[in-house]
Amino acid sequence: MSGEIIGAVPPLEAGPPKMNIGVVGWIRMNLFNTWYNSILTVLSLSLIYYTVTSLLNWGVRLARFTGVKPEDCQGIDGACWPVISDNWAFFMVGTYPYELRWRPLMALLVVVALIMLAVWPRIRRMRLYQLAWLVSPIVIFIIIKGSDTFGLSQVDTRHWGGVMLTVILSVVGIVFAFPIGLMLALGRRSRMPVINILCVGYIEMIRGVPLITVLFMSSIMLPLFFPEGFNLDKVLRAQIGIIMFAAAYQAEVVRGGLQGVDRGQEEAAMALGLSYWQSMVLIVLPQALKIVIPTMVSSAISLLKDTSLVVIIGLFDLLGIANLVLANPIWLGKMFETYVFVAAIYWVMCFSMSRYARRLEIRFSAGDR
Amino acid sequence: MKIRICIIAAVFALVAVGSGQALAASPTLDSIKSRGALKCGITTALAGFAFADKRGVWRGFDVDFCRALAAALGVKVKFIPTNAKERFPALQSGEVDVLFRNTTWTLSRDTRLGFDFAGVNYYDGQGFMVRKDSGIKSAKDLDGATVCVNAGTTTELNLGDYFRSNGMKYKAVVYETGTEVRQAYEAGRCDVHTTDASGLAAQRSAMKVPGDHIILPEIISKEPLGPAVRHGDNEWGDIVRWVLNAIIIAEEKGLTQGNVSRMAISTKDPEVQRLLGKTGSVGDDLGLDPDWALKAIRKIGNYGEVFERNIGKKTPLALARGLNQLWSKGGILYAPPVR
Repeated sequence: MSGEIIGAVPPLEAGPPKMNIGVVGWIRMNLFNTWYNSILTVLSLSLIYYTVTSLLNWGVRLARFTGVKPEDCQGIDGACWPVISDNWAFFMVGTYPYELRWRPLMALLVVVALIMLAVWPRIRRMRLYQLAWLVSPIVIFIIIKGSDTFGLSQVDTRHWGGVMLTVILSVVGIVFAFPIGLMLALGRRSRMPVINILCVGYIEMIRGVPLITVLFMSSIMLPLFFPEGFNLDKVLRAQIGIIMFAAAYQAEVVRGGLQGVDRGQEEAAMALGLSYWQSMVLIVLPQALKIVIPTMVSSAISLLKDTSLVVIIGLFDLLGIANLVLANPIWLGKMFETYVFVAAIYWVMCFSMSRYARRLEIRFSAGDR
Repeated sequence: MKIRICIIAAVFALVAVGSGQALAASPTLDSIKSRGALKCGITTALAGFAFADKRGVWRGFDVDFCRALAAALGVKVKFIPTNAKERFPALQSGEVDVLFRNTTWTLSRDTRLGFDFAGVNYYDGQGFMVRKDSGIKSAKDLDGATVCVNAGTTTELNLGDYFRSNGMKYKAVVYETGTEVRQAYEAGRCDVHTTDASGLAAQRSAMKVPGDHIILPEIISKEPLGPAVRHGDNEWGDIVRWVLNAIIIAEEKGLTQGNVSRMAISTKDPEVQRLLGKTGSVGDDLGLDPDWALKAIRKIGNYGEVFERNIGKKTPLALARGLNQLWSKGGILYAPPVR
């Protein structure tokens, strides 16, 4: 018996059959291992092929890239990209006064310069540099909004728009929502009944309604309560709504992190004689926040996308500007190009945020490795 | 004691003088003047009627009327874009002074919402679009047609009413947005596309070959679009009404953006003289400067010029004047006399 088997074994040098290893082997093992998987593979491959080729045909091969007028696109079956290039600055800053458009550009340069300087660790550690980051929001606000003391003419917020408004609403939203959310989370875990009930009530109330309702409330209901002639800035109203909304979600994210920290940590801190705030700031929060970085970033990303809802209260963020471009009679019907462009911008912003979050995660988890 | 009485008397006298002035003038006008700007509610985006160009400047048919009104008052204009839901609260709360925003004048808006409509600047109405090669020339030929229509709109209801009252059959194919309706119609899923006539024109110009489609002459509903103001400040309503009328009269009298300044000096027509403030006191009667109409017409031209510039034959929208032609030329635009 055994002799026969040994005799049947082929010489070792031959190795496994070519069909079972390498790329071919992997494909056979994973894509064509059963008859139904083979069918699925063929179907999905043809679907991908069809989608990608028709997209490329429309967006690149048959498209028109040059020109500034709709007439340049006559007789073209593919995309008409001049609608984007002609309106590029409009997409970026909206109805911001044409002759003052250098100001948002300057604000952008300030941010880019600060980020570029961060490349050198020596500069990053400098007090002056950190101070520059702290005052940069005020500088940017003055540049964009204008201030009589600096000789910059005032630009009403109703002229803010495009990518600029989207970025402002989300960055300010995230920055302000974080500390408020942190306080709410601590309040929710507090054993003091008044604070606890207030925080739980706020969080559950906000989480129980859609953002769109909060925005409607802030833009339509609030003015009816104010005395006639008193108008709170519309962008500010939307911004407050967004902060209130985001804070409730941040609170739940942070609470998740707090629960992930072992109770013993807090008890140990108390045993050492640390006060409540000391134990929170020095022991518990650093560990809790590290756990929730991915969740925090994903809620920041969804907040960025949620800001597109301000369209329905008559603000012109990136999506609102897209609708305005489409209402321009000369660009009527160019909606595929416009919406593809808007989607691309959102994707770039969200993807870079999630890549940055990944880097933070790796850096903070150095201690666990 | 005597001094105190004097002071009280003086205060009463001042209050009396103040309220006397308030009776004569409009509180809305006063606040516009002290602010130095008219807050004009417009739509957020509607082809030809209100949109911002690539430099971020607002343009369009309704936008021009805002500019004319502000020019007549001698103030700057602030455009407040509002969407369909916000527009009425915005006017009620005083966030805007006037709405020039494709708002149909209806009884319930005039009464229950507490607004006044100062006139009509565009007569719209529901129409039909068909393919040219279908050979259909009139809506009466549409018996048995498949019609693409927006869901849950008055358009859908009007459609049913029209076919029923004419004893014709139809099959409705319902879509959620105007864009979907257009794409379905263009793809041949239905014979007829129906919405407001101005919307039909906009949809047609967005099609691959606009010339392949025609808009039928029948208009089956009334959609008078006009400026709305808050109920109660009648003097302000009068101003909005007469600025609109002045733009219409300008076309009747052949006043244009180019010639109005010359005409103001040289005209022999007594009505034009009154309108442009050469004789009479219509400016005073409205609480405005004598040259209010001159400034408005110089800003945007007459009704015909505004129409042609924004939505007329030479624009991609290519709307015909239709009902919006002067009464003397077959339309229903009719402004009361200036006297």
